Formats: sequence, C-alpha cells, structure tokens
Amino acid sequence: MKSQKQRRQFLVNTAALAASAALPLGARGQGASVKVGVLHPVTGFLAYSGGLSRLGARLAIEDINAAGGIKSLGGAKLEAILADAQSKPEVGAAEVEKLNEQGVSAIVGAYASAICLATTQAAAKHNIPHLVDVGVADQIVQRGLKNTFRFAPGYKTCTDTAVESLQALNNSAGKPAKTVMIIHEESLFGTGTANLLSKQLPALGFEVKDVIKHANPTRDFNNIVLRVKAANPDIVIPANYYNEYALFVRTMKQQGVMPKAIYSVLGGAASSYKFVKEFSDAANGVLDVNHWFNPKDKRAWALKKRVDAMEGQFFTYEVYLNYAAVQLLADAIERAKSAKREDIIAALEKSDWSGHMMPYGPTRFVNGQNEGARPLMMQVQKNDIRVVLPDTYAEAKPVFPWKA
Amino acid sequence: MLHIINFAHGAALMVALYGVFFLHQKAGLDPYLSLPVMVPAMFVAGYALYRFVVAKASHGKDENILLVTLGVAIVLENVALTLWKSDTRTIETGYTFTTVAIGPAMIALPKLVAFAGAAIVAALLLAMMRGTDLGRAIRACAKERQGARLVGIDVEHVFAMSFGIGLACLGAAACFLLPAYYVNPQVGNGFVLIAFTIVVLGGMGSFAGALLGGLLVGVVESIGGLYLGESLGQIGIFLIFIAVLLFRPQGLFGARA
Amino acid sequence: MRQLAAIAAFAVAVALLPGLTGSGVVLNIAIMTLYAALLGQAWNILAGFGGQFSFGHAVFFGTGAYAAAVLQARFGWNAWATLPAALALGAAVGAFIGTLSFRYGLRGSYFALVTLAFAEVFRILANNVQFTGAGVGLMVKLQPGAAHFQFADKAGYLHVILAFVVVGLLVSWWLKHSRYGAWLQAVRDNEDSAAALGVNVFAVKLQAIMLSGALTAAAGVFYVQYFQYIDPSLAYGPAVSVEALLGPIIGGLGTIWGPILGATVLHLLGEATRGLVSSLPGVNLVVYGALLVLMIMFLPRGIIGLVK
Repeated sequence: MKSQKQRRQFLVNTAALAASAALPLGARGQGASVKVGVLHPVTGFLAYSGGLSRLGARLAIEDINAAGGIKSLGGAKLEAILADAQSKPEVGAAEVEKLNEQGVSAIVGAYASAICLATTQAAAKHNIPHLVDVGVADQIVQRGLKNTFRFAPGYKTCTDTAVESLQALNNSAGKPAKTVMIIHEESLFGTGTANLLSKQLPALGFEVKDVIKHANPTRDFNNIVLRVKAANPDIVIPANYYNEYALFVRTMKQQGVMPKAIYSVLGGAASSYKFVKEFSDAANGVLDVNHWFNPKDKRAWALKKRVDAMEGQFFTYEVYLNYAAVQLLADAIERAKSAKREDIIAALEKSDWSGHMMPYGPTRFVNGQNEGARPLMMQVQKNDIRVVLPDTYAEAKPVFPWKA
Repeated sequence: MLHIINFAHGAALMVALYGVFFLHQKAGLDPYLSLPVMVPAMFVAGYALYRFVVAKASHGKDENILLVTLGVAIVLENVALTLWKSDTRTIETGYTFTTVAIGPAMIALPKLVAFAGAAIVAALLLAMMRGTDLGRAIRACAKERQGARLVGIDVEHVFAMSFGIGLACLGAAACFLLPAYYVNPQVGNGFVLIAFTIVVLGGMGSFAGALLGGLLVGVVESIGGLYLGESLGQIGIFLIFIAVLLFRPQGLFGARA
Repeated sequence: MRQLAAIAAFAVAVALLPGLTGSGVVLNIAIMTLYAALLGQAWNILAGFGGQFSFGHAVFFGTGAYAAAVLQARFGWNAWATLPAALALGAAVGAFIGTLSFRYGLRGSYFALVTLAFAEVFRILANNVQFTGAGVGLMVKLQPGAAHFQFADKAGYLHVILAFVVVGLLVSWWLKHSRYGAWLQAVRDNEDSAAALGVNVFAVKLQAIMLSGALTAAAGVFYVQYFQYIDPSLAYGPAVSVEALLGPIIGGLGTIWGPILGATVLHLLGEATRGLVSSLPGVNLVVYGALLVLMIMFLPRGIIGLVK
C-alpha cells in the first residue's frame, strides 16, 4: 500500500514522537541554520489562502539565503520548518508545540485570526517570537503578549483609513454619494469590520441604509442583491472572503445593479489579480481599501513577476505579507546577532526597519502592532489593479462615481 | 428510502462539479452537454462505492454507514485538494450573465434551466420507481428487506443501484449548478445539511416530496432571509426540519415508516 | 471491582505523565486525547448505553463553552464557578431536546437528524446574538493561575482533564453495574420490551440525555479554559459532533474503556499521518480517512470487539 519512502516517514514520525518525549525542553537550533516555523492552514477550508501564505514565507526564506543568509551569524541560513494548522485553532496550537520542540527561533503565521489567537498564545508559553502575517482581528495584539508582533494593519486601522478615504473621495467629487449599504460575512473579520463601519459612517454624514450579514458559505446572493436593488444605495460596501465576494459582485452585475461605487474594505476578491483575470467585466471599477505592496518599489514588481510565472499562483496579499514578515524577522535576527528567542523579541520590539516593499514607512511596534502599517486604496481600471490613494503611492486617479 | 445516511453526499457533489469543470476546460464541453457523460459516470461511481466500500462496512448497522461515508468524505475532499489544489474554479459560458424577465423579476438563466432540470429528473425518478422492475424492487427492499430477499431480489444489488442513482442525480445537479456557482475541494460542505433537510422534509422515499421539499426550503430560506436577515434567516430551514421530524416524520409525502 | 482498580491505575499512571516528560508535544497530545475521550464518553452514555445516536452533540458542548465564556467575559465570574453553571445548562438543553424528541417518539436516524438540526439552530443563534459576541466570538482574559482555571504549564490542564475523564469512567462503570444502567441498556436493546417490563422508557432516556449533556458541557468549559477563545463555529459546528462520535464507535460502543481507546487510536493515527508528505497538503488526511474507512470495514465492533 504505502511506498518505502512513506513507510520510512511513518516510522520516523513515530520515532521522533517517542524521542521528543525524552527531550527536556527542546534543543535550540544552533550551528549553521536558524529554524523558522512556517505555520499556516494548508488543508481544510482555508487551504487556498494558507498555501499562498506559505509560498510567500518560503520565497522570502529562499531569497534571504541566496543573498548570504544572516550575515551577523556568519552567513547562517534560515531553515523553514513547515507546519499545517488544518484550518483549526487547536491543531495550530498543537503544531506550535511541535515547532517548539524542533527548536525554532521564531514562528510566522497563521493567516486566520481565530488560529492566530491560539498559536500566539501557545508560542507565548515558550517565549517564541510569533510574527502574525495577516490575522486582522485587533484582539490578537490586545492581550499583552510580549512575543506577538503584527507587521500588517488590523481591521480597525483598515476601517479608519477606509472611512477617511471614502470621505475624501466623496468630497473631492462633489459629494455625489449619500447612502451606503454594507454586506458582510458572518464571522470575526466581516462582523468586526461592519460594526466599526456602521458606527463611523453616520458621523461623517453617510446614511447607512442597511447592513446585511450573510453566512459562510453563501450559496446564492440573489435575495441580497434584490434587497440592494430595492434600497438603491449610492455605495455598496462588501466585506467578505473571495468566494462570496466573487459571487456577490457577479450577481449584482447579472441583476443589473450598478451603484455609484462598490467600495470594499478588506474585500476578499476586490484587489485580487485572480478575480480581475477571471471576471474582468464584474471587476472593473471596484474600489478596495486593502493590504497592498508599495507600487513605487521595483523589488515588489520583480517579485510579482516571479510569482506570476509560477503555475496557478497569484501575487496576493497572503504572499507579500508573509514575504515581508519573514524579511522583518531576518532583519531582527541580524540586529540581535543571535538566534535566541528572547534576543529576537528584544530586537523586534526596537525595530525601525524600513527595507520592506510595503507602504508602511519605518517600522515601529507598540504593544505588538506595527504603527506604521496601513492599507492602500486600489481601483480596478482597464482590467488592472491600480493604487489610487493616498497620493504618495498613487498610480492613477480614482474614478468616482463609476460609470460602467 | 433505504435509510442510508450518506455523509459523503456533499463530497460526491464536489467531485461531480470538478468533473463538469474539467470537461469544460479540457474538452470544451458545455455543462449542459456534459449531462450524458456525468450522469452515467457518477452512477457507476456510486454503484462501485456502495458495492465495494459501503456494503462491506455496514455490517447491518446504520451508524456504520454514517461513519464510513464520513471517512469517504474526508478521503474525497483531500484527494481533491492534493490533485486540484484549493483554488476556487469557475467557468464562463455565454449565458452565465443572461437573465430572463418573468414579470417584475429577473431570473438568471442558469437557475431557470436548473429548475427545469430538477423537475425533469424528479419526474424520471418517479416514473422509474412506479414503472420499472428496479423501482418495485427498491420499494420492496425499503419496506421489508428480509421479505425481499426471500422472493429472490438481490438486495445488495438493489441497494447499490439506488446509491448509484443517488450519485447520478448529483452528476446532473453538478451540470446545472456549475454555471451559477463555483467549485473547490470544500464546496460540498455547504450542501450536506440542506440535502438532509430536504429529504426529511419531503419524506424519505418520495421524490415528489423531495422536489416540493426543495422548493419549500428555498422559499423558507428566502423569506427567513428577508425578515430575519440572511444569516439568522438560515434558522428557518432547520426549525422547519425539526418541526417536521417531531410532528410529521414521514414528511410531506412519505409513507409512515 | 477489578474495573474500579483499573480506573484507579489509569488515573495514577496518566497523572504521573508530566513527571516523566517535559515535552509539550506529548503532554498536548495527551490533553487533546483525553479531551476527545471525554466528548466520547459523554456521547457514549446516550448512544452506547442508551442506544440513541446523536449527530449534534456540539449543541451541549457549545452551551458549556459559551456558559464559561459569557459568565467570565460579560459577568466577571470566576472560571471555576462557571463549571456548575455549565453542567446545569448542558443538562437543561438535554432536557429540552430530550423532552421534545422522546415525547414525539423520535428514534434511530430521525433522532440523529434532529440533534443535528438543533446544533445548527444553536450555531446560527450564537452567530446572530450580541450576547454571545455574534460572529466575533468571545475571548476569555488570559490570566494564568490555578485560581482562574488556567495554568501556566500543561501539567495543570492535564490533571483537570484527567479528573473529568475519570468522572466519565466512573459514570460509565456505574451505568454498567447499576439498576438505572440496566434499565438504560434494556431500552437500548429493545425499547418495546423494556416498556413491557415496566421500565419508564421516557424518564430513563431523558435522564440519559441530561447526563450526557452535562458531561459534554464540561468538555466545553475545558476547551474555553485551554484556548481562551470561542466562536459559533468552534462551539456548535459539526467538527465537535463528529469528534464526539468517532472515538466510541471505533473503540467500542457501550463499554467503559471504548471512548478512551478510540480517542487514543484516532489521535495517534492523526499524529502519525500528520507529517506525511508535508510538501503536498492533504495527503496525510487522505491516509487518515482511508484508514478510518478500513477500520470500519474490518472492525465492526470497534477495537474492543477484537479483544472479546
């Protein structure tokens, strides 16, 4: 049934399990390599995002090694220790235990907020620095855990930026939009985002006509779109994951619903090259306040080119956020001149690294959150995604309102 | 009808959807034209799955069938993940965005076709159950397994045929569904509970019931969504499910078990 | 009596585990296995001993978990104090579902499906009600310390879950040897005959589901204390319901040790296949699922059936 190789792997695993029972607290990785735990949900319902996240982390590790590794440690290479959270928090936490015993100096992951909550906590018990790649829930950095560092923005920052930018956009176009409607997915990210939006928008003069929460997954958006049609808001604000976003926007097009703008906040498919490629009709015109790379940085475009050349891969936020997180980690190890966990944590706390391809400026961690982190506003124009706000990073002018 | 609770129903739908997807992508076959390919293919797959896996695992107990189909679901979902990766695939056809105006409503064309297709399939199944030997055999096995055996019916074969027909229906469903939806390895999970609900609502053993059950569930889902919000509205389906189980377990059309 | 001695020996052996190894991996596996065993034991009360198969045991688990989370996060209760409340709520939900289901004579697959539906109803409610934090879920404040039912190291958690499991073992032993247990098993074996013999079938089944619900709720409390976070899918989703029934069926229905045996086998299987072909996600789960199927095909009475 199983091949020789698999049988050996099976035995190795069982032996390793038995052996690790004998080890007191796990040997530290010394010598020529610095072990980095790369922990993402690569199976289960988050498999797609998990896979892309893992890709970003691995690319960064390869590139850093190719450029000479960690110079202050004599050219020590980074070694990726891959782990699968199986889209479940408890499995993520269990994997952290394994990574601990394999002597990782740090962990990067775990994409989803619920999983990150569990993994950062498990890592804290062993004082392992844990870089949160995506996980936008603000609770992640509000628990006073010293080992947790999030390089990218959380949903409060994203929502605040989205609200300010919407106001700026509306004002400079002569205030054509007065009413909005929010369509969000039912779990942590969607609900949190929608809550913040529905509090802040009215204060700025926008009328929130309706807030519609939908299930994950939603099989059909006809009813929701009909309600949008009936309410006829000027702006539709979706906050959901890729599949639902795509289905929703396609259904709107199908039913002929054309608001002045589709303005998504952390939109699942909005600033997604995959979506633009597959559904260019429905995608054009959509505005999105989301994670994005610095479009003025040539290295980002070079990386994009490499990823585009890979079969079936797209240059998505999962990829470059993980890439950046690993780079941040490497810089910290470099400055710490050590692969010890506590030294890396200290180095991260003081990090002011600006060698990244993100529009973040110099890094500055306060309670584990990088204060420099921010989203950008993009718009799909002519089948391509272009940054439209803020001006420092803009590649094109926003078209608002959008005429199909 | 035969009290086989198939947890792999969603996963099988997923496999069928991939079948339709690849037929479209590699052979350029329109999903509706894939029907003659998918339906027999899924029938054979279902028959084989029953004969070689489910039957051997049941040992006469319903709960074993549940467990083994659960295992099959895990295997199918992860084989799909390994082979076809986790990205969501969709197809574009000329009619994906076409709508038909019926009164004040604009109905998507793929959905209308699916509606018609479902009705036709139900009618065919009904005809088969009433008019053919196989249909009579299935009804006999459902009512009285031992007795059926005693009159010479190959019960295992009949069960396998039913399972095969069930999966064949999924093959048809996939052809109707893909134009308006998408496929990825996890796509089946969203359908399993609804499928169970519809079957119980319609009455285990009645195809007309299943069809009407489907309609009723759809309406309840929509109305629930309207008055309670899309997320809370889903509750309507399950409350009806519970009510039917408690007060009318034979469903709308089923016979008292 | 021998069985009681075996239970004691088991308890002592597992309690000593943290002394034998400091490995977080091993201790975590032990904790998660015992947790799964607890879920299985609770399910086994109703299904293995009582013959009523539930596919929606998450409904009790989630209730216990939310009880712990809500009482702490919203009302500032001490974590330990939430345990009796959770047990009571678990039993209450059991009473509710049991009264409806058994009053209307639901059996077999119908009962299984109705429990599934109830779990979904609770999940949707939890997802839409501010009280439970809706989709955002609830976080319990991180405050390590035995007084807060949180422990800085794994040994504390291991001992607590072990204590729960030992309670489960004792309850199972009691079901095997008591008059109530005899009534329950009689109902399982042939409900109509039991009724004819004078057993109050409705009351017996109702008590079983309440007991089962309470014990499952305890597992929910443990989960919240171990992970400090709960949301509607984690609480009421099908994953928990499936986990509850896998162990006892694999290990042996209606037996004292079946749930523990089954949980152990499943977790070891999961661990052994976890690292397989890590570069190709999914392969390990294919092997896991395939082995599950094979086990059911060739071990109809569970692993205990092999021994007998």
